[in-house]
Amino acid sequence: MTINDLFKKHEFYLFMVIISLSILFTIYTKGFLTLENFLDLLTNYSFLGIMSAGMLVVLISGGIDLSFTAIATISEYMIALVIFNYHGNLFTAFFISCFAGVILGSFNAFIIYYFKAPALIVTIATLNIFYGFIILVTKGRWIYNFPTWFREARNIYEFTSGNGTEYAIALPVLLLLLVFIITYIILNYSFLGRKIFTFGGNREAARRMGFNLFHMTIFVYAFMGLLAGVGAISHVLIVQTVQANAIVGRELEVIAAVVLGGASLAGGKGTVLGTILGVTLIAIMWNGLILMGISSYWHQVLIGLIIVISVISSAYSSRKSILGGAKIDVE
Amino acid sequence: MSNNTIISRLRLLYRSNSTLYMLIVLLIALTILLSILLPGRIFTLGNFQSMSFQLPELGILAIAMMITILSGGINLSIIATTNVSGIITATILTKFITVGSGNSFFISVIAVLTGWAAALLIGIINGFIIAYVGVSPILATLGMMTVLQGFNILYTKGYVISGFPPEILFIGNGTILGIPLPLIIFLVIAFIIGILLDRTPFGLSNYLIGSNETASYLSGINVKKVLICTYAISSLLCGIASTVIIAHFNSARAGYAESYLLITILAAVLGGADPYGGLGKISGLVIALFILQVASSGLNLLGVSTHFTKALWGIILLIVIGLRNIKLKK
Repeated sequence: MTINDLFKKHEFYLFMVIISLSILFTIYTKGFLTLENFLDLLTNYSFLGIMSAGMLVVLISGGIDLSFTAIATISEYMIALVIFNYHGNLFTAFFISCFAGVILGSFNAFIIYYFKAPALIVTIATLNIFYGFIILVTKGRWIYNFPTWFREARNIYEFTSGNGTEYAIALPVLLLLLVFIITYIILNYSFLGRKIFTFGGNREAARRMGFNLFHMTIFVYAFMGLLAGVGAISHVLIVQTVQANAIVGRELEVIAAVVLGGASLAGGKGTVLGTILGVTLIAIMWNGLILMGISSYWHQVLIGLIIVISVISSAYSSRKSILGGAKIDVE
Repeated sequence: MSNNTIISRLRLLYRSNSTLYMLIVLLIALTILLSILLPGRIFTLGNFQSMSFQLPELGILAIAMMITILSGGINLSIIATTNVSGIITATILTKFITVGSGNSFFISVIAVLTGWAAALLIGIINGFIIAYVGVSPILATLGMMTVLQGFNILYTKGYVISGFPPEILFIGNGTILGIPLPLIIFLVIAFIIGILLDRTPFGLSNYLIGSNETASYLSGINVKKVLICTYAISSLLCGIASTVIIAHFNSARAGYAESYLLITILAAVLGGADPYGGLGKISGLVIALFILQVASSGLNLLGVSTHFTKALWGIILLIVIGLRNIKLKK
């Protein structure tokens, strides 16, 4: 790869933005560039990062899913149910959480495939169905007082630095790493992954090549559901509480991170590296704003503006819209 | 004219309006069902009154959603736009009207128009981002929604802005000849937008863009201009809805009408709009709104939890989409 190629890459610009923001925050705030802050940030954003990998696959396939936060909420209550009522261990909790996610994700896929309806409208509907039912059943109860073994399962490695500060690497961070690696392998080194790119880039071509579109739809949304389940157990491990409104409403943060990373809503485009950078950018922005002491009322406006600007700039740079494609030169 | 042609004409009339007839049958069936379940409670004068005040707010927003769906897009920022417009109007009303001075009518007009202008501007920006920059309508309006919601919370800090002059309150609570003013406003808007979609070049272009954007472009339609108009009108309708809503509640805040987003999509699709664009009529939407209003009043009187109602709207939306698909296959 030459230097010229590097300048053409979306990821390169994203990386530069992250670097410049980090320098800015390091100069203007205390405690941004510390190991403690870095580990906190990594831990707190691990569950959103995990779900963004699922969103990446959905967007590449040309779909969208707004219901994954409700799926994650249901998974969280399932975890609590398994641990409190059935005295399950970490493995069964993990399994049930993922299982619930896969089932609900497959439900989305069934509806989207058989009703031939836009994924956006279907998942707005299922978001309301899933969330409505879980609130109805649980009455929005908060669940805490998790057993000691569950609290101890949070950190996998702890160490103390020279000046006595205690650091910990949390299990969700490991899960995050694992999820990104698996997603990378699926998208780049498997036949299935290449088919998903075709599926999102040109559905008609994928159909004529004889791909089983039903299986692919199921895979894509079930994978999103699975990662919503993994995200759910990560989130419960980090905060040690189950709360109905903790994740629902953060859909946009995840979608924004993936779109910032260069994925297109039209499908067929997106990389794991871009998604990692997108999540990093959102996390750093949020963290920096808090450290700079900017009122939390401003956060949503700023995040919204970043989304709008990034979406505009990425659309502007790849102006291969339908209208542009239809130009006919007549000599 | 022979018997045969009359029958075939009737059949044609039925086919071209089959969605509408189906909806009317559904409305009648629902009415009968609810009168059996809730004898003497659902169809009372008081309930009719409250329904006819609730329906217009949802109705105007549903029209705003519908015209963008017809063009093959979607406007997810309608609720946020409505609240921005309402908050701006409310700010001007509460800051500049002093008790006792005779300027309240003039300032009310200015306040309402400023609110509408703000909504119109938001719509033009949406349309510009979608048509000229080429951002997908989902992302553009989702981003806009976040910015506007952020603005609303930032500006109001979660508080309520209240205390409006009687001129404004009349818009939301007054009646003319016994008919609630909001209902009249809604019906007038439905009529105007119906004409606009059915009988004008703009309306036809909007439908064509919804069914095939490339073909519309190649047949000489100024796609960009039409899309900007579509989103501008959609946003302006949000502005009008905001006036009715803040007048009805005598207050404005960041969170009004939040639960309406799903229901506006539901109303449009139930009313016969194709979720991919290009098909759908305002008449269908109006009947669908009556169905939803009667159903929601019924559920409310039956004491069903609001969370269940929300889930139920989602289920109904899926069923409607499924039934549409079965019908299309035939």
